[in-house]
Amino acid sequence: MSTPILSILNLTVDLPKGGDRPFAVQDLSLTIAPKEIVCIVGESGSGKSITSFTTMGLLPKALTPSTGEVVFDGKDLLKVGADEHAKMRGSQMAMVFQEPMSALNPCYTVGDQIEEMFQEHTSLPKAERKARTMTLLEEVHLPEPARIYSSYPHQLSGGQRQRIVIAMALALDPKLLIADEPTTALDLSTQAQILHLFKELREKHDAGIMFVTHDFDVVAEIADRVVVMQHGQIVEEGTAEEVLNRPRHPYTRLLIDAVPRRTRDQRDLGDGEAMLKVEGLNKTYHIPGSMFKKARDVHACKDINFKVRPGETLGIVGESGSGKSTLVKCLIRLEDPDDGSVWVEGKNIAGYSRKGLHPYRKMIQIVFQDPYGSLNPRRTIGDQLVEGPVNFGANRADAMEKARELMRIVRLDPDALNRYPNQFSGGQRQRICIARALMVEPKVLIADEAVSALDVSVQKEVLKLLNEIRDRMGLTVLFITHDLRVAAQVCDNLIVMQKGEIVERGTVDQVFGAPSHAYTRMLLDAQPGKGWEVPDVSKLPPVTV
Amino acid sequence: MLMFILKRLGLALLVALTVSAISFSLLFLAGDPAVAIAGENASQQDIAAINERFGFDRPLPIQYLDWLRNAVQGDLGMSWYFDLPVTELIADRLSVTMRLGLSAITFALVLAIPMGVAAAARPNSLIDRAALLISVVGQAIPSFWFGLILVVIFSINLGLVPASGNETWRHFILPTVVLGYYATPAIMRLTRAGMIEVLSADYIRTARAKGLGTRKIMFKHALRNAIIPVVSLAAVQMGFMLGGSIVVESIFALHGAGYLAWESISRNDLPTMQALILIFSTFYIFFTFLADVLNAWLDPRLRVS
Repeated sequence: MSTPILSILNLTVDLPKGGDRPFAVQDLSLTIAPKEIVCIVGESGSGKSITSFTTMGLLPKALTPSTGEVVFDGKDLLKVGADEHAKMRGSQMAMVFQEPMSALNPCYTVGDQIEEMFQEHTSLPKAERKARTMTLLEEVHLPEPARIYSSYPHQLSGGQRQRIVIAMALALDPKLLIADEPTTALDLSTQAQILHLFKELREKHDAGIMFVTHDFDVVAEIADRVVVMQHGQIVEEGTAEEVLNRPRHPYTRLLIDAVPRRTRDQRDLGDGEAMLKVEGLNKTYHIPGSMFKKARDVHACKDINFKVRPGETLGIVGESGSGKSTLVKCLIRLEDPDDGSVWVEGKNIAGYSRKGLHPYRKMIQIVFQDPYGSLNPRRTIGDQLVEGPVNFGANRADAMEKARELMRIVRLDPDALNRYPNQFSGGQRQRICIARALMVEPKVLIADEAVSALDVSVQKEVLKLLNEIRDRMGLTVLFITHDLRVAAQVCDNLIVMQKGEIVERGTVDQVFGAPSHAYTRMLLDAQPGKGWEVPDVSKLPPVTV
Repeated sequence: MLMFILKRLGLALLVALTVSAISFSLLFLAGDPAVAIAGENASQQDIAAINERFGFDRPLPIQYLDWLRNAVQGDLGMSWYFDLPVTELIADRLSVTMRLGLSAITFALVLAIPMGVAAAARPNSLIDRAALLISVVGQAIPSFWFGLILVVIFSINLGLVPASGNETWRHFILPTVVLGYYATPAIMRLTRAGMIEVLSADYIRTARAKGLGTRKIMFKHALRNAIIPVVSLAAVQMGFMLGGSIVVESIFALHGAGYLAWESISRNDLPTMQALILIFSTFYIFFTFLADVLNAWLDPRLRVS
């Protein structure tokens, strides 16, 4: 192996006093060689981002590295001055961030923002700067570089913006590239393209790549070596092949075991009457034009038909813009469908006026994606739970009693009802949201990307809980997700949506095993880490460390 | 961008037209204008004669259109009190007010923006505290009191600047400071809050990751985003300064438009009042339009109508 471009030795980063642990990162050592992709894996709070920020010199002021060294190209970055470190940033080490939507300055064209790299670090003339920028735009495979060059960030999609950030990072051919969850916010097919781009970079440039992620499929797709972190420490490291297939540390095993499998046993649901039946649902958004732009219609839902039996979980899969969210909004009547009917237990809830709908609103309840944003931070959990039933005429004491029972069902302490949302973790909040949805005894529960924001181990728990509750209460569940693994794990039947239409439907095995539509095949093909089978952790030799 | 400007300009003209109609109707809301001119004890014939002379007996819309046509041509009628053409009267006074207003808003911006940026760069530092103190004082001291103190110190005791009048630029120094200082706190605090928010944005982190220097990050990347609400605020402040500088104009005996407004109100000089309302609001609309265009230039996302 060639000399590493980055070697971190016994790095410790202190957390401010009064935190839940004294160190953000403790006694961490790792190396990255040129042309090598090292994945740092861990759940939220494991210290993986802190490690990358320390290297870049972008730590928040509250955090300070106390001991250790970060040797980059022969220099200890913890000892160089702030100005010198700033000069190295961009020119010798560069970074790609998680959130492409907000990573670019909205006030300047993306061309200007890439050119700024040359302006800051080189003395190239203007024409040459522009020429190089154009070459970069081509290298990251952006269509029509000339048009993109003079576009503002808000005119580009998330995937395109991420390519701009990558182009910016590559501008001066840095020796080290740090990518912090660069594909987490992207659609499956965009993610596949960006990951491909990273693999291409490894071949074309000599950079060592530090790739921070929480997704083992992504690791399987691109990693040469893997470092697993927990509570600020490295618990395991090795080649990708070793760590993915023969993990040695209990925590790594736990994480890998929590990765949803792509197959599951088929359940026998019998031939019950449909609990939820959607017929011919259409929704069109009208975007008014102006003097120079034609008005246009966006057909967000085209003739949607499906039915779900009691106790069944129907997965709705699709990328952003596929119409999933509009469908959900129409089902719970946050939007009014243009035509079509939504039958729940023999009542067409699409037919009622807003006012007439009120008594039936409780039949369909929803759990949203963001557990942090969907609870009011200034009201106690108890207040928020009883609000639904009280609104439908229940008395408060009875509702409180029910809330206590539901807290037990979602495995939280009933005495926690008088606490506020900020006292709970993301996974706990999502359970509270599930409890809140169940308070009014719905017939249909919609989980809209309900586990997407959670760490894998927490995700596993919540999915298990959802299945248990479904079986216990005979709920009908609509599970909206972009994650095919999760869909395969929890759903009985699937529908695949693209551009407002259902393009494929069937059991999980039918849809994933023998897809008939090109879009479904494309989605399946875009999944990272297809060559990796999640090992059966229980059959691995006992832990040796 | 051109489309955006034309659209805004069209909107501004519509607003100006509405305001002109409202300011015209003021004349009649205040009671019978003929009675106002002739006095309480005038005879029926006098009132009829006045009605005929000023054309008050014609239908209102006709009077309005007539007035509007004249106003567009620069003829705003005769002042009832000064017995001068209103246009002439106002042009003279307005130049004083404009000079004062423009220099005061410049003073306020030049003082407030750097202070806000410096305060945001190091929240809770000494410089932040000092900026806060300056802005609290500015908010708390009434302008007439502050003006008098400045006159006592700089004109009477030190003899550095004249205490009243509008002959030279030196006469404008104290009024500018008093009027500008009054607008400083809001602009300063808004700049500070905006900068603090923007500095935690992802794209500032990107700018740091690019290896840019602190000055470039603060001014090129952060300030441009943070300044947008400040531009809108400054336009509103400028409007206030034109119409509401009566106190400052009185203290420093600057006979400006604000002072004229006060005079014409107390003397029931309707044509002058009408004209002042029209002119103040036109300026107000103009500055808002300017702020919109400036903001659209700063932030491309605002350019789509």
